Amino acid sequence: MSVSDIERLDAAVARLAADDSVLRLSETEAERRSGYQADTERMIMNMGPQHPSTHGVLRLVLELEGELIVRSKPVIGYLHTGMEKTGEVLTYVQGPTNVTRMDYASPLFNELVFSLATETLLGIEVPERAQWIRMLMCEVNRLSSHLLFMATNGMDLGAVSMMLYGWREREELLRFFEKVTGLRMNHNYIRPGGVAADLPDGWRDDLRSILDALPDRLDEFDTLMSGQPIWQDRLQGVGVITAEEAIALGATGPILRSTGFAWDLRRDQPYLRYDEVDFDVIVGTHGDSFDRYAIRLGEIHESMRILRQILDRMPTGDYRIQDKKVTPPPRARIDESMEALIHHFKIFTEGFKVPEGEVYVAVESPRGELGCYLVSDGGPKPYRMHIRGPSFVNLQTLPHLMRNSLIADTVAIVSSVDPIMGEVDR
Amino acid sequence: MFAIDPLLESVDGSAVLIVLLKVVVAFAALMIAVMAMVWFERKVVARMQNRLGPNVAGPFGILQTLADGVKLFFKEDLLPREADRPVFRLAPYLSLVPAFLVFVVVPLGGDFSNDRHGVVSWFGKETLVQVADPHIGILFVLAMSSMAVYGVMLAGWSSGSKYPLLGSVRAAAQMISYEAALGLSLLAVLLNSGSLSTNEIVSGQSGWNWNLWATGVVPFIVFFIAATAELNRPPFDLVEAEQELVGGFHTEYSSLRFALFFLAEFMNTITMSAVIVTLFLGGPNGPSFGPGWLQAILPTVWFLAKLLVFLFVFVWLRGTLPRLRYDQLMDLGWKLLIPLALGWFLLLAAFKIGQDEGWNRAVVGVVGTVVILLGALLISMAVGTARARRAAVEVEA
Repeated sequence: MSVSDIERLDAAVARLAADDSVLRLSETEAERRSGYQADTERMIMNMGPQHPSTHGVLRLVLELEGELIVRSKPVIGYLHTGMEKTGEVLTYVQGPTNVTRMDYASPLFNELVFSLATETLLGIEVPERAQWIRMLMCEVNRLSSHLLFMATNGMDLGAVSMMLYGWREREELLRFFEKVTGLRMNHNYIRPGGVAADLPDGWRDDLRSILDALPDRLDEFDTLMSGQPIWQDRLQGVGVITAEEAIALGATGPILRSTGFAWDLRRDQPYLRYDEVDFDVIVGTHGDSFDRYAIRLGEIHESMRILRQILDRMPTGDYRIQDKKVTPPPRARIDESMEALIHHFKIFTEGFKVPEGEVYVAVESPRGELGCYLVSDGGPKPYRMHIRGPSFVNLQTLPHLMRNSLIADTVAIVSSVDPIMGEVDR
Repeated sequence: MFAIDPLLESVDGSAVLIVLLKVVVAFAALMIAVMAMVWFERKVVARMQNRLGPNVAGPFGILQTLADGVKLFFKEDLLPREADRPVFRLAPYLSLVPAFLVFVVVPLGGDFSNDRHGVVSWFGKETLVQVADPHIGILFVLAMSSMAVYGVMLAGWSSGSKYPLLGSVRAAAQMISYEAALGLSLLAVLLNSGSLSTNEIVSGQSGWNWNLWATGVVPFIVFFIAATAELNRPPFDLVEAEQELVGGFHTEYSSLRFALFFLAEFMNTITMSAVIVTLFLGGPNGPSFGPGWLQAILPTVWFLAKLLVFLFVFVWLRGTLPRLRYDQLMDLGWKLLIPLALGWFLLLAAFKIGQDEGWNRAVVGVVGTVVILLGALLISMAVGTARARRAAVEVEA
């Protein structure tokens, strides 16, 4: 990064601070001033936490001039579950069960980032097949997450049919998940040391049939949405942000890429085996809601491209590391070996000890940079677990994106930021 | 020259009975049609969206509407504390009654060929297959559809809540602007038929001489779009806009009052489709064949078939299009539909005068088109200037 880059960033920070788009009011004050304000001719209105299009329980306090939004403030905390704190009382073995519930639309990424962090602390490398299985599952999850976005984005803009089409496609992927992991969501499939189980028989056929069916369906989405003039009018030029502003606000994922800044951790900080597969990082040019929609549509295509390569290159071998201290022994061994019984007992009661240290690992979730910061004091439970949720950070951009837009745009913008409140509140 | 219901030429006991019968039958038919329409819409939209739709209450779920109605009937009727009570209570009726009244001027059947003006003979009395045929039929339709705005607007305003308020502001602006486009596109039809009476309009379209092509399709398209907006149907359902305004004007309504709005909405859809069929598609006009009893009911069958096409199109639009934004809606109405309808009307008027005065049609056509294009250019320049000025202001700010 050169000096001029830093200067541009500083300018963006100054611009963001000066644009007066954030409503700096306490909730009590907002309540007191709720309703029409004769002196400013403005009205404070709450959108959410109970509202059809705030994606769960996001609350937006909007200051309106007619239907025009002057200032706004996202209020979070309505889905606070204390999962980060819970992480400190659960062992590393139990960890994935906990973190998988954060970003419930892409649970496997949560498990992945937690497992990668634990493995880095342990200093172990999982077997080749486990790496590829993880990659496979994550890309399928990216598909399902982006399809969910397609569905909700369509619904938020009034194209209700799109909601059902998106869900129909996602359903097939969830069926695949169910076959592999046993569950449709909250899988607890990726665990420190590998994955919970090997891929089931016939997984290739299942995946192939999905990959064969999807492109046609995506073309239908294209016809129904992308080429539709009303759709374009609703999204183009709505919620515009520049690359510098996005970086200054810490936004990642499709929001950052929509500005033309090609930043994808899969390519820029490769993890798993992403450096061995071919894919393009999709970027936009305008930084508006339409670009964010188009990027996700493009990423579905790229994920399918990755999946086809995985299909061809899936290696054989172990699906979890053969380290007795980390991986529980197979059930049959417990009856035969005293040592196996002890390991089984220790792993499922006390868990395994992790060397002292701290680590930050980040992966590219469908929503952006998903990071896990773990501090270990040498015990079997993390001393501190922090998740950098991309939804949480991306929410910061909302007041700036929504400045001087209409209420209808709010819905389009919130939808294009695609926050998952479970991850925001943790 | 105006068609007056021959029944009313000599009023006696049986004539009164026939009028009463017509009112009751029209009322019942409309109620049943609304029930069927709700079912039809849900079923068709469900099929478009890969769902089954209602399929539990009755065969094919046909009684679903009834079940929903009964459920709503037994729900608690909530009155918000901040609401303006009398207005809040009045609003649903203001929205429902006009929807009913529009239906009375729609000719539902009768033979219109060979200058018969749709006169049928019931119980030895000659009459028309429509509840009333006032001379100002179409103005009555416009008046009633304007009245319906009050229901929506007052409902939102009297709720004492912010989302309904925004909904009612949208309703007022939207319905008033599209009323203009609606009226202007209608002028083309009136020019063609030379009468405001619905019966006369339909009579003028007998023998495939439908206004749809007689007025050159454009007024039909404008009227259809404006009607969709007037009905608050997708993609113009900004007034309700569930994803933005929760429920819009009826957010605070529950129980039977909500059901009334719901009924009014579907009733409006049916009556507006009926009006479109009457104005542009020749109403009950259609080929006649077969034995006498078949000839008697065929016009009504044609009418219903045409009606069904529009009802399906309305559902189809809902299943396909995203919702417009408020400012885009206004742009479409004021900058496209109104100038288009007005321009087309002027062109048609020029042809009409040319015909009367015996001018050369080609010359009238060329001159008219040039003038209209010039007007379009001026309008687009005005719009462009306004846009540039607004952009300049935004840059300064």
